Amino acid sequence: MPVTTGTAKVTLPSDLQILITREFDAPRHLVYRAWTTPELVERWWAGHQGKLRSVDIDLRVGGRWRYVMDHAEGPEIAFHGVYRELVPGERIVNTEVFEMPGSGIGPEDDDNAALNIVTLVDVDGRTRLELMIETDTKELRDIILESGMEVGMQQQFDILDQLTVSLRDTDG
Amino acid sequence: MARAATTTDAFNAVAEPRRRQILDALAGSDRGELAVNDLVIALGIAQPQVSKHLRVLREVGAVAVRDVGRQRLYRLNGVALKPIHDWVKRYERTWEDRFEQLDDVLAELQQETDRDRHPD
Repeated sequence: MPVTTGTAKVTLPSDLQILITREFDAPRHLVYRAWTTPELVERWWAGHQGKLRSVDIDLRVGGRWRYVMDHAEGPEIAFHGVYRELVPGERIVNTEVFEMPGSGIGPEDDDNAALNIVTLVDVDGRTRLELMIETDTKELRDIILESGMEVGMQQQFDILDQLTVSLRDTDG
Repeated sequence: MARAATTTDAFNAVAEPRRRQILDALAGSDRGELAVNDLVIALGIAQPQVSKHLRVLREVGAVAVRDVGRQRLYRLNGVALKPIHDWVKRYERTWEDRFEQLDDVLAELQQETDRDRHPD
């Protein structure tokens, strides 16, 4: 039986923020683990945009992270940042920089970073996740928001179809 | 090109909190349209400010206006707002894709935890 989970909800609380909320049918410590363990991040973070080629996580305040993704529709792209705050099972605060291809932004560049604040709230054994993305400029906020445009809709529907089929097969 | 520019403009227009309040008020009104004075009351700010925000919203097509006698009535123009809605929806879809995969990872972790607790 597929478990009913929430659907991601995106709102824009201000010009400089994006708020993503979602409920998960698992306790907080597991969500924290899946968010901060390289082998687990590898399995979900790329979504359907590509495949993660490498995940480096130095899980301590001041430690760096970097994900490299083979993109489905173009060159490999990478993201990196620094952990600012880590409260196991509760809170993850880190910076995030998108190493835009051709922009000259390297793995060590920390300018123009967005701040990601993950808050995990216990809801009767389930977890409500809030991811607040904060930027210094509205321009960066809009670039982040626009990144969803990279994936062609048709391609997404194809993957969704496949997924539904495989779920149905598993159920049977 | 012109379309992309419009999208960005509408996006900017709607990003302003007061203007979002105006759109909310219009969306929630019984008749689907409100006069400037109604908005002055609803938002609790002075009429010149309301008018200023309405002008921006009109310029990007987020609201439409019609004259009834001496009154100007404003209403939402959903068509202009749709690109913004789509933009956010698509970003939402990207995250939902990730989260659906995260669901699978979590289900597996939970099974492991259960097995550890009740070893066969």
